[in-house]
Amino acid sequence: MKYLDEFRDIQAARSLIQRIRQAATRPWVLMDVCGGQTHSLVRSGIEQELIGSVELIHGPGCPVCVTSTQLIDFAVALSLRPQTIVASFGDMIRVPGAGGSLMQARSRGGDLQMVYSPVDAIEFAKTHPDHEVVFFAVGFETTAPATALAVIQAVELNLSNFTIVPAHVRVLPAMEAIMAMPDNRVEGFLAAGHVCSITGFDVYEPFVSKHQVPVVVTGFEPMDLLEGILRSLTLLETSQAVVENCYGRGVQRNGNVSAQSLIDRVYEIDDRDWRGFGTISGGGYRLRSPFVRFDACEKFADVFPREQATETTCRGADVMSGRIKPKQCPAFGTTCTPESPLGAPMVSSEGACAAYHRFDPVSIETP
Amino acid sequence: MCLGIPGQVIRWIDRDPTFAKAEVEFGGVLREVHMACVPEANEGQYVIVHAGIAICIVDEAEAAKTLAEYERMKHFEENGDEVPR
Repeated sequence: MKYLDEFRDIQAARSLIQRIRQAATRPWVLMDVCGGQTHSLVRSGIEQELIGSVELIHGPGCPVCVTSTQLIDFAVALSLRPQTIVASFGDMIRVPGAGGSLMQARSRGGDLQMVYSPVDAIEFAKTHPDHEVVFFAVGFETTAPATALAVIQAVELNLSNFTIVPAHVRVLPAMEAIMAMPDNRVEGFLAAGHVCSITGFDVYEPFVSKHQVPVVVTGFEPMDLLEGILRSLTLLETSQAVVENCYGRGVQRNGNVSAQSLIDRVYEIDDRDWRGFGTISGGGYRLRSPFVRFDACEKFADVFPREQATETTCRGADVMSGRIKPKQCPAFGTTCTPESPLGAPMVSSEGACAAYHRFDPVSIETP
Repeated sequence: MCLGIPGQVIRWIDRDPTFAKAEVEFGGVLREVHMACVPEANEGQYVIVHAGIAICIVDEAEAAKTLAEYERMKHFEENGDEVPR
């Protein structure tokens, strides 16, 4: 496919790998922020190829993985409510809350509908006027405009049977949280390309000045990732803490202004509980007051769980903050597998644990 | 979740700002895509689509520049030379 296949050129990749090896005078520690990048890195074998030149650790860039158990439990309760349909992205339905997953709720009679786009949930609301349709709105800044659009469509269509569970999260505050961890080892970031398609990359400039770590905006294909890694190492080797864009075909400095307007119209920035991380200041969005009637947490407050369940055995947060690699978790591949996951990073199609389980049966561990 | 697939805008279906839609081709497959975030996109241009909505227009000049750099890199490697930085 055009603008995909050309960025999987094996011969050019070999050349870039060689240049990366030549550039590194020691193994540098880079964090890829996005789960899509994690999967591409592990699937293509890039991580193994670069052992000794760069250690890649995988950030919290899987919105499904960081969605709180409280919100999952809420969605489960809603799906079991009479005349209520919960619409969700496919990778959300198997993530366990305290009382099981949406998929398990469906087997108990829950009404669950998988959608490809938030706007598809609007179609359900239109065609099922006798049902409440609730969209489980997870995702980073990449997905937030689509949910905002769905809410605006609901206003224009005068739909009174459509709400969302607002669970969108913001990447930059999570990067701040990682830098604040005392055992943080990150020396440079590969910023998530499609988040930056929306936000632009100038938003990282204060972060880079504050923490003195380079941030390189990176795409998702193997060549994109190798180029981002090479640029990061070049900056690290020359002690330059700057923001650079290696995904010029998809990201502009100021991002997508139309998409930002949609987000700003519907949402305001809010603190948000991140699964495994706790509350992150400014880590998410809430609906602005004119749109609060579309907030399922308000409309169905009677079924909202009072308490957040605590996880005991899943070390997903340590994985997502780069403190351990997936296979350093004692449960990995034993009591925790994609078929029987303990935590979200093993469930989600973009979770780091799932990536290692599927594509790296051998070994990549920290020294 | 953040996967975005590039596709070519074949024809606009609806220009209403809230319900903007176009037919977009992905490797021979046609799909309707929401266009509220790229109202300026022209037919023939490529857009990156995520969760059913186009999130940006592909900068084809930038893509061409990157691909030309890869070709240059391969050329130097084939000839056994170090790639100029």
